[in-house]
Amino acid sequence: MVEVSSHFLLASFIIFLFAILFFGGAIRQKGLENRKGNGKRVSGKLGFLLTIIGFLSQLGYFITRWIAGGHAPVSNMFEFATFFSMMLVLGFLIFYYLYRSAVLGLFTLSVTVIIIAYGSMFPKEITPLIPALQSIWLKIHVMTTAAGQGILAISFVAALIYLIKNVNQSGITKSRFWLETVMYIVVVSIGFVLISFTFSAIDYKAQFEWMNKDGFQETYTYYLPAIAGPNEGVLLTEGRMEPLFELPANFNAKKVNTVVWSFLIGTILYGLFRLITRKRLAHVIRPLVKNIDDNLLDEISYRSVLIGFPIFTLGALIFGMIWARDAWSRVWAWDPKEVWALITWLFYAAFLHLRLSKGWHGEKSAWLAVIGFAIIMFNLIFVNLVIAGLHSYASP
Amino acid sequence: MKEIKCECGHVNPNGTVLCESCGKVLDEKQQQPILDMRYEGTARRSQTYKRTIIDKIWNFFSSVKVGVALIIITLIVSALGTIFPQEKHLSLTVPAEIYYKERYGWFGKVYYALGFHDLYGSLWYELLIASIGVSLVICSLDRAIPLYRALKKQKPKKHVSFLKRQRLFAETDLHDADEKDTFNLLKERLVNKRYRIMEDGENLLAEKGRFSRWGPYVNHIGLIIVLIGVMLRSVPGFYVDEWMMIKEGETKTIPGTDKQYYLTNHQFLIETYDENDNEAYKEALENQGAIVKNYQSNVTLYKASESLPGEEPKLTKLKDYEIRVNEPLTFDGFSIYQMTYKNELKSMTFGLMEKDTNEIFGQVTIDLDGPKRIYDLGNGYQVEILSYFPDFEFSNGEPSTKSGDPNNPAFAFKMITPDKRDGELSFTSIQQTIEPFGENKYKMVFQGADTVYYSGLTVRKNETLWILALGGTIFLIGVIQGSFWYHRRIWVKVVDNRFYIAGHTNKNWFGFQKEIDEIVDGTGLPFLIDQSKKSREKVNEG
Ligand code: HEM
Repeated sequence: MVEVSSHFLLASFIIFLFAILFFGGAIRQKGLENRKGNGKRVSGKLGFLLTIIGFLSQLGYFITRWIAGGHAPVSNMFEFATFFSMMLVLGFLIFYYLYRSAVLGLFTLSVTVIIIAYGSMFPKEITPLIPALQSIWLKIHVMTTAAGQGILAISFVAALIYLIKNVNQSGITKSRFWLETVMYIVVVSIGFVLISFTFSAIDYKAQFEWMNKDGFQETYTYYLPAIAGPNEGVLLTEGRMEPLFELPANFNAKKVNTVVWSFLIGTILYGLFRLITRKRLAHVIRPLVKNIDDNLLDEISYRSVLIGFPIFTLGALIFGMIWARDAWSRVWAWDPKEVWALITWLFYAAFLHLRLSKGWHGEKSAWLAVIGFAIIMFNLIFVNLVIAGLHSYASP
Repeated sequence: MKEIKCECGHVNPNGTVLCESCGKVLDEKQQQPILDMRYEGTARRSQTYKRTIIDKIWNFFSSVKVGVALIIITLIVSALGTIFPQEKHLSLTVPAEIYYKERYGWFGKVYYALGFHDLYGSLWYELLIASIGVSLVICSLDRAIPLYRALKKQKPKKHVSFLKRQRLFAETDLHDADEKDTFNLLKERLVNKRYRIMEDGENLLAEKGRFSRWGPYVNHIGLIIVLIGVMLRSVPGFYVDEWMMIKEGETKTIPGTDKQYYLTNHQFLIETYDENDNEAYKEALENQGAIVKNYQSNVTLYKASESLPGEEPKLTKLKDYEIRVNEPLTFDGFSIYQMTYKNELKSMTFGLMEKDTNEIFGQVTIDLDGPKRIYDLGNGYQVEILSYFPDFEFSNGEPSTKSGDPNNPAFAFKMITPDKRDGELSFTSIQQTIEPFGENKYKMVFQGADTVYYSGLTVRKNETLWILALGGTIFLIGVIQGSFWYHRRIWVKVVDNRFYIAGHTNKNWFGFQKEIDEIVDGTGLPFLIDQSKKSREKVNEG
């Protein structure tokens, strides 16, 4: 069953790659994507059909894994990332139904594919649930939150397209710089996927013995060559790379090492790209988006916040509080994860008010959507880093 | 109060920008090509009165700019609070000031000094939240009331200038004959799109989704109710947060219940997963070692009947229950949660041994909760406990005990045997044995220990939950009301064979324009033009 489930996931990954091609084809055809002529092109329709099949395949993954593990597969990083990618596709399907934009398909599925690949780099084993996680409210909470975040992420995708289309590439401006930074970070996440995939394919493992912050010996297994080694680390596995430098004990050296690698590979990739094309990445992509109507993008971006915000509130705050009351005895504990959910919520509230009262449309609103997504991603990765805190159940 | 009379005869309150009835511009300073329709050009207190202190406070809090600034400040401050763990999430043995300094260096020191170690309970954080609340109330009152008046009073008949200065607009000349047909066709199509129609001669107002305009105010009311719920928590009786450690076999009063309820803890259980639970867990169990499946306390709840002071209360059994994580025991508004546990020594067993022969002349099992003084082993062998230190330490060279918990028990034994009638003294703790009066012939050897579990339970009562639930529900209803529906209006006016049509929506213009296009398409009327684009292009050219 577990195997069937991973086949489904792989299938959806490949189907989405094809869907991207078809949406790309749809864009190349002439004609403005605006409120009159769209959704009629064959290529776009095929892309949409493939997306639906890919989504069903993801659903297959989700259901079979649920059956295999006996609990909803939303309890570790791999499972959460794949579920989030599924919600992103769901969000796209809703907005394709509403606005029939092929460009949106191209970009959303690209982000989806990166997120699936990203999630697949984490341990995929099915973990039994510790007592605190054995609650129906946890599933409802996580799934609704991810749905909200998936729809909010559509706002980011539309905003990104808006910015690629509208940020002036010929003058030295702050917005050109920041847009390119966003593109660079996307490349870095691709770097993470490539490097993790490469070394897991050759089954690289290096064990270290090191001194933790409380002065105890521990061992670490690195799955990437250690550039950043642990505090007073001693390499135990023969024939593996010695670290180039050592980190103090209060850093999680393994995670820092992964980050260093991702930036390294990402920077090389990005550098090569710039050398070959002699243009900024956003500049190169720009022709793809020239046919889409600005107001359409702006409206998609806004509307996905309008739809995503209440779902996020329900999932992250309200269901989260109901679950926390059962598991932790209190509705709100100011746990960092909770605080970041609150921050996300406050941020989107600010977004809505700025738009209504100060008339922040178009580019300003697009930047806000990008920041909102950055907060969501930070929370997702942050949660992963601190989730160990939840496991130490016995110490209050 | 100064009132403003419009050409059309309607009398508007002071501060009105657009006539409530016909929409004509009353404030001649408003000369932009497109009307600001945000609050229908109504008289808002904050825009009208600006003199007294109260006006100033009102105006300050009614500004969305201020509201957004408060939200952003709260957001940033909250984020700063997550850089280091909050004091209340740490179980510190040293003062927080020292902990933050030693653990995190100079930055930790600053963090502590600025009060971020206990941010969310601090007064200034509470003030920040409270000012958002005040802002919410004032802001909503400032807008909702005039908006309600305006939308209620609006008439289908509007001034031409009002239509011309809407964002979506078109005009054309029609012949007398088509005029009626076009008007009626348009009306029919609007009805098909589920618009409500109001007519006055050759003036028409088609409207839908007005109720969505109340969404923000409904959701703000929900938020205010939530904030009130949070505040009520500090009122005595609304909120109980107590803690009990209860040993297996013990019966205790439940703290926070005024000695009305008692709990017996029969047994505490920990279970871990094994492969029989699910073969899919095999890999994870190999990689991660033991994973806990269940923490559970088997308890019985009792209610105490009235009793005189000093008298033992009579207990009536209410129910047996298995408290697990996520499955608290609830009764009479209270909930009892499985939070932690601890495992402690319950009894220790020693043997009385002759050192030379290693022969054992009997065992004593000492209940660490209340050791006996004398243990008679028969045949003239006897062990006396002269003193007992449950949590032994040397302080100032004297043996003493740190606490009443048997963390490190130590005993002064007197061993009386047939050949040593006066007894030998020995001081025995877990680590060592001291023989104060020289070499003994006998010693007490440790033979085993029994342990007992304590369940760590939280007792909580929260009478504010229903308020939070109510507020949360209202908030959600309001947000959905305001964001899944939109307020759309279309005005049609025919004057002297000239046909005017204008449209306004409070959000999502793209979808609205698409809808109007469908309505207008094939009626002989021109498509409506988005005048905001035209004016933007003008700016670009100029
Ligand atoms: C965390 C706190 C807040 C939340 C979650 C919140 C939520 C919302 C939402 C969801 C909307 C509807 C937005 C839309 O439909 O696009 C809204 C509208 C609005 N909010 Fe808030 N709000 C908050 C605080 C405030 C504060 C402090 C103020 C006052 C300064 C304020 C003033 C307004 C105004 C004036 C509107 C627009 C009403 C209209 O034009 O129809 N809000 N709010």
